Amino acid sequence: MTDLPGRPSRRGFLKGTAAGAALAAIAAPAATQAQPDQPPLEEYDPSYLTAVEYSFVMAACARLIPSEGDGPGALETRVPVFIDLQLAGDFGNAADWYMEGPHDPAANPLLGYQTPLTPAEIYRAAIPVFQDWCRKTHGMAFEELDAPTQDAALTALQKGEVALPAEQRDFFALLLQNTKEGYFADPIYGGNHGMQAWTYIGFPGARGAYTEWVSRFDQTYPLSAVSISGERA
Amino acid sequence: MASRTDPKKDVVVIGLGWTGSILAMELAQEGLDVLALERGDDRDTVPDFQYPGVIDELKYGIRFGFMQKPRKSTLSIRHGLNDTALPYRQLGSFLPGDGVGGAGIHWNGHTWRTQEVELRLRSYVEESFGADIIPEDMQIQDWGVTYDELEPHYDRFEKLLGVSGKAGNLNGVIQEGGNPFEAPRSSEYPNPPLANTYDAELFGEAARKLGLHPFPRPAGNASRAYTNEYGMQLAACNYCGFCERFGCLNYSKASPQTCVLGALKRMPNFSYKTNSEVLKIEKAADGKTATGVTYFDEKTGEEVFQPADLVLVCAYSLHNVHLLLLSEIGHPYDPVSGEGVVGRNYSYQMAGGTALYFKDKTFNPFIGTGTQGVSIDDYSISQIDFAKEGFIGGSYITGSHTGGRPIQQLSTPPGTPSWGQGWKEAASTWYGHKMGIGSHGSNMSYRDCYLDLDPTYKDQHGRPLMRMTFNWKPNDIKMTQFMKGKVEEIAQSMNPDIMASGYKSDGAQYDTRPYQTTHNVGGAVMGTDPKTSVINRYLQSWDCHNVFVMGASAYPQNTQYNPTGPLGALAYWAVDAIRNDYLKNPRPLM
Repeated sequence: MTDLPGRPSRRGFLKGTAAGAALAAIAAPAATQAQPDQPPLEEYDPSYLTAVEYSFVMAACARLIPSEGDGPGALETRVPVFIDLQLAGDFGNAADWYMEGPHDPAANPLLGYQTPLTPAEIYRAAIPVFQDWCRKTHGMAFEELDAPTQDAALTALQKGEVALPAEQRDFFALLLQNTKEGYFADPIYGGNHGMQAWTYIGFPGARGAYTEWVSRFDQTYPLSAVSISGERA
Repeated sequence: MASRTDPKKDVVVIGLGWTGSILAMELAQEGLDVLALERGDDRDTVPDFQYPGVIDELKYGIRFGFMQKPRKSTLSIRHGLNDTALPYRQLGSFLPGDGVGGAGIHWNGHTWRTQEVELRLRSYVEESFGADIIPEDMQIQDWGVTYDELEPHYDRFEKLLGVSGKAGNLNGVIQEGGNPFEAPRSSEYPNPPLANTYDAELFGEAARKLGLHPFPRPAGNASRAYTNEYGMQLAACNYCGFCERFGCLNYSKASPQTCVLGALKRMPNFSYKTNSEVLKIEKAADGKTATGVTYFDEKTGEEVFQPADLVLVCAYSLHNVHLLLLSEIGHPYDPVSGEGVVGRNYSYQMAGGTALYFKDKTFNPFIGTGTQGVSIDDYSISQIDFAKEGFIGGSYITGSHTGGRPIQQLSTPPGTPSWGQGWKEAASTWYGHKMGIGSHGSNMSYRDCYLDLDPTYKDQHGRPLMRMTFNWKPNDIKMTQFMKGKVEEIAQSMNPDIMASGYKSDGAQYDTRPYQTTHNVGGAVMGTDPKTSVINRYLQSWDCHNVFVMGASAYPQNTQYNPTGPLGALAYWAVDAIRNDYLKNPRPLM
């Protein structure tokens, strides 16, 4: 594995892969067979994001759902891959949304998404604005900051303290939403690797049949998660 | 201009959801040549809802795979008469359906009857409390049809769906275990109640201890194998937890597909076309009848004129109103003068809820259906003294959940950070240990809550988008605050470790972003006075007597319940009038 530019510390990620490996080791052999080997996150070749954007998304996801503490983080579950694939597809291109003008991106937020930009365009436009803010405020790009400073920077972004143009004001909300989606969506979309996030919270995934369990009150459901493609956690 | 005219049909049905399927079936049985035009795709249990592909939260629950695409069809929204409306660019607050089956494939299945007094709400309020308690800008009305008239049609609709429930009032005799506040029913539900989940059971016990009257929420999900009058078969629900926003993989949830369409498609005098969006209902030169419809055929890219003797408007409520406005059938409503009717009395649904977190109770939230649960109706419209409480309205209250899908349905207690290690660990700590109690309440109609055509934004066919003007009003906020007090009293008696409430409070503005409910009603309301209604008590247009408009667009204000029950009953009521009266002598029935 090669170091990513602007990402001097990979300890969080290495810790994550170790945890992921440990989990994979105790999983049923069927699971490893069903899921072909995937490249390490740092060797993933993004479909939409540029290398610089991908590096930021990795670093941001690693704070939004960190590896530390109990349970898998966004990196072990390959959330950055999910985000890249979503931005490359219908979601990123706002394929289903009404995008005709005129636009009033500074409208009352209660009226919803009003920017002329697609989600993919918002990521593209807002990442450099936020990086400039990080350099100006903290002297370094986001990936180079230590974790507490990264958290402070993301908090400022969330609270609207980073001056983004109105067209980009939904950036943090999108980033957080997409990160959680990637954590919990079926693994066919590239995240929730090995169904680790489902296993962590106790969601059995695509089992889809619980007749004999509905009336068993206050007992923990015993079966592990399954995915749409037939993996078993 | 239409580039093609197709051979005339007896009946053209616009939209193939619940009401379109029912009317098509009934009129095909009458021997008429019926064509349904559906703007979306064809859909059926196999292949569209089959296991495991449909168990995909991201595709259907979050990206709305079965819903209307705003790019193809949407509306604009504003809060008040002096605001500029902006397009509803991505789905949020409500989720209209798309394709064969319409919203009838991805609903939860709640199948309620209205209370007797709800159908004559203005008369009831005036008689019981005096006209002066009605706020000046509130425009509530009687429906023009009584509960007794609708009862046989409610009964038929529940038997079509195989509704699972427990009667509380059989021919005036109160039944143990049912809803004692419901209007008299002529028969028991066709299927017994679904099994209770743990949260519903706990809620029921708590409510009973407080002297309230819990009962199983009526469910359009079959609790056992069932065959309906059209020979359609439902299978026993398996509690998969993927009802709302999803098609049913198990043939258990009532939908046009599982209850009507299989039988309807076998009728030789019925046909349907998909990807065929009706652009306009065409009127005869004298304006007193419709001659048919013009639709856009996506497959050929042509505009087609489809002549028909009878035009049945069966799209989603909002699209019914849009189509009437575009077709200039009925006078558009003007909120300033108060004149005109089309678009008048749009209303929504006022809901709230309380989350209860228990460290030592395990709920397995992923086991569930869209509609199992235990409800109480002790604070319903017929049970509240409006003069004393200072509002008009009511709610039913339910302990239940519809699934445990983690992207949409995972919630963490108040004070949990929205991201970071704290969020992650709270998500795991509380996922299986939370339950909810919901209040599902009425929303009245008001002078400045209405639908008209947008002056700026256009749809893909170049037609003006419809514009919604809507905001919350003090009367309904007061109602939901009253319910908050009642729900919290029950919740506290259950001793949760943590409790969190979410109800609209003073000054709340309508937020179009978070999902609330797809219970958009009114705009083409029914009644007995053409000055305040678009359609008469038989759902027949006052202006063009061969146009009938189905659906929840007929409700003069919203009831406290989910709207599908009366929508089905009204479809059977209207088709009964068409079959037994109108066809023999086509004319205005009032």
